[in-house]
Amino acid sequence: MSVGAAAPRGLQPVTEATHPLSAAQETLSPAPDGTAICHIPSNNNGSGGGGGGDKEATALTNGTPVETSSPASASSLLNRLQLDDDQDADALDLYASTETRDLFVTVDDPKKHVSTMETYITYRVSTKTTRIEFQLPEYSLRRRYQDFDWLRMKLEDSQPTHLIPPLPEKFVMKGVVDRFSEEFVETRMKALDKFLKRVADHPVLSFNPHLNAFLTAKDLNKRQGLALLTKVGESVKQAAGGYKLRGRPAEYSAMGEYLDTFNQKLGTLDRIAQRILKEQTEYLVELREYGSVYAGWAGSEDSLRQPLEGVAGCVSTCCGAMEDLSENMSQDLLPVLREYVLYIESMKNVLKKRDQSQAEYEGRLEAAVIRKQEDKTPVPVEVEKCQDRLECFNADLKADWERWQSNKRQDFKQLLTSMADKNVNYYEKCQSAWESLVSMLQDDQAENTNETNCD
Amino acid sequence: MQETFTVYLVETRPMEALCEGRPPAPDSLWRRYSDFEVLRSYLLVTYPALVRRRVGLENFLQRVTSHPVLSDDNILYRFLTEEHGWREAAYETGFQDKADSRLRALSATFRVRNPDKRFVEMKHYSDDLQTHTTQLLRTRARVTDRLYGVYKVHGNYGRVFSEWSVLEKQMGDGLQSAGHHMDAYAASIDDILEEAEHYGDQLKEYLFYAEALRKHELSQYELEVSSQDLASKQQQREELATGSVRSFSLKGMSSKLFGQEAPEQREARLHLLEEDIAHGQEALEERRAQCRAWVDIQRFRQQKDRDIREALIGYALMQINMCKKGVQMWSNTKECFLKM
Repeated sequence: MSVGAAAPRGLQPVTEATHPLSAAQETLSPAPDGTAICHIPSNNNGSGGGGGGDKEATALTNGTPVETSSPASASSLLNRLQLDDDQDADALDLYASTETRDLFVTVDDPKKHVSTMETYITYRVSTKTTRIEFQLPEYSLRRRYQDFDWLRMKLEDSQPTHLIPPLPEKFVMKGVVDRFSEEFVETRMKALDKFLKRVADHPVLSFNPHLNAFLTAKDLNKRQGLALLTKVGESVKQAAGGYKLRGRPAEYSAMGEYLDTFNQKLGTLDRIAQRILKEQTEYLVELREYGSVYAGWAGSEDSLRQPLEGVAGCVSTCCGAMEDLSENMSQDLLPVLREYVLYIESMKNVLKKRDQSQAEYEGRLEAAVIRKQEDKTPVPVEVEKCQDRLECFNADLKADWERWQSNKRQDFKQLLTSMADKNVNYYEKCQSAWESLVSMLQDDQAENTNETNCD
Repeated sequence: MQETFTVYLVETRPMEALCEGRPPAPDSLWRRYSDFEVLRSYLLVTYPALVRRRVGLENFLQRVTSHPVLSDDNILYRFLTEEHGWREAAYETGFQDKADSRLRALSATFRVRNPDKRFVEMKHYSDDLQTHTTQLLRTRARVTDRLYGVYKVHGNYGRVFSEWSVLEKQMGDGLQSAGHHMDAYAASIDDILEEAEHYGDQLKEYLFYAEALRKHELSQYELEVSSQDLASKQQQREELATGSVRSFSLKGMSSKLFGQEAPEQREARLHLLEEDIAHGQEALEERRAQCRAWVDIQRFRQQKDRDIREALIGYALMQINMCKKGVQMWSNTKECFLKM
């Protein structure tokens, strides 16, 4: 589906028309208004990618998912296609990405702005691109959260058939959370960076003119808005309510069910993670007290002073390591869990809209068929347009779904691996502290034994 | 801010025989880790021969409730069935007194008016020792309680990963096996704490030592006092017998000023003094038998210092072991996630 004014493609049966996002072995000619050109490689291994042996459609950055069961190297390419910001990339991965990706965005460098009216944070948004839709190859400007919010809203409005990535939470309770604390700003910034990267990597969303404006315009004239709503967008928005859905195809029901169950699991994970955090915090309190008892005891001893102080120091090191672990958990794990909950919410809305689109089509079709039977009135063009919209919606959704699944897998793989890693680090730090203590204690014991032997 | 604790669900299905004559029992209730500790202490004191060393909470309850004698214990029954009030009932049995009798500090009943410097120093030392060891044991118990909670909560990851894996195609296997490792991690704390018991026992030994030290100090001191007392009595006898006054005494002065006493009185006094001396000598011999020389105490102290250093080394080695296990388990878990 092309971005911009949707030229009606006539009434060909949908199965014959190739959707740019579906697996195909031929190149498509450019759409009439010169937007999205999809290059599909003739073989599957160059810049395509698929997970392991599963048939999992993945989208290349230029908009072409390829269903393939190619071997392991493909999955490393897949890694690169996803949003691992600070992953080390293999040579192969870099090659793959530079070949296919032509839009790079980054959010960093938070700064506080104080004015008489308000205080707020801005972030630097940097863009590098070779796309012709951009006048310059590089851009750098500053945006605040509001601007991201505006962008997301515009994307949702103009691309209602697509899954739009979530933003970090908008509202923070003043007094409960410090909006200007380093941790909060850092966490928020990472989430904004992720959001923007996901949009930039999306084969359709990345060509949205609102994104272009966001990345390039000095001033976002937010109130006026850009009059570039697609016809598809408008018509889907205007889809009349009141049509009841008769039968939903199994695959969309499956999506809905998956989202519901997954949402539940996310909730449980969040609760468990918070519980662990709490237990760790309580543990830390007691551990600190414990360490200070050793230190206190050391004060009243002579030959036992050093060993006891050593133990106190070791316990203190372990406390520090536990603090780091807890901080990590709350800054890395919890925000991602919450982000996916938001993602799921917006996805379910898209599913609902799809249902509405289907309901409307079926409703109109049924009415038209009855009319035709009665007085031979031909089926109105409107009905066929509805069918069109529905089929596009379905195809967009399916493609985005596969892409989302794949992204989700990568995100959680990275998240959980990192969590396990941090735990390993914690134990390693503690182990090394105790190991140095043991040598000190053993030396101390040897010394004292020698002394008494000499008496 | 409210303190929160992890609680563990205890589900009970009492057999018919136990229900007789007792109020109907609920199927399940929640207990804190420290509740288990109290129960265990109570059982240890009440049935010293029957209760074995620490095992995990679940195993502990299984063993105790299947034991013919222990399972009949009323306090145990109340632990399993009574939400509130069982703890008070346990304390009322007075088990803590028996447990603490060895640990209770000696009261400082010193009959001495002018204690010497050496004694004061020793007394402060053993006071400090007792305080610190007691504090340590107490904080260690609290740390253990919390640590247990941290490990056990990770078991929930096991369950949710398992449930989640059912939903997933590619991620399923990795999640499933990661879940198993989390279960293993949660279970590992039981063995860890069992090993840690040893250190706790050693600390308690040190506490007994502190008490023993004070006993010995006291008896050493009493020995010295008695022998001084005896010596002065012996001197008095000599003076009475010979009629000479070698050292100043108020009695000597008064007899000089107010005239000497009658020979019968002197005889009587001498006789009493002889009895006194005889008793004193007996007591002294007894005390000497009980007592250790000062040098012995020093040596004792050095030995104990060595023992404590050993205990600390053992403790550190145990911590290292625990850390190694942690590294291994989380590394295994990480491997599973990498396969997702």
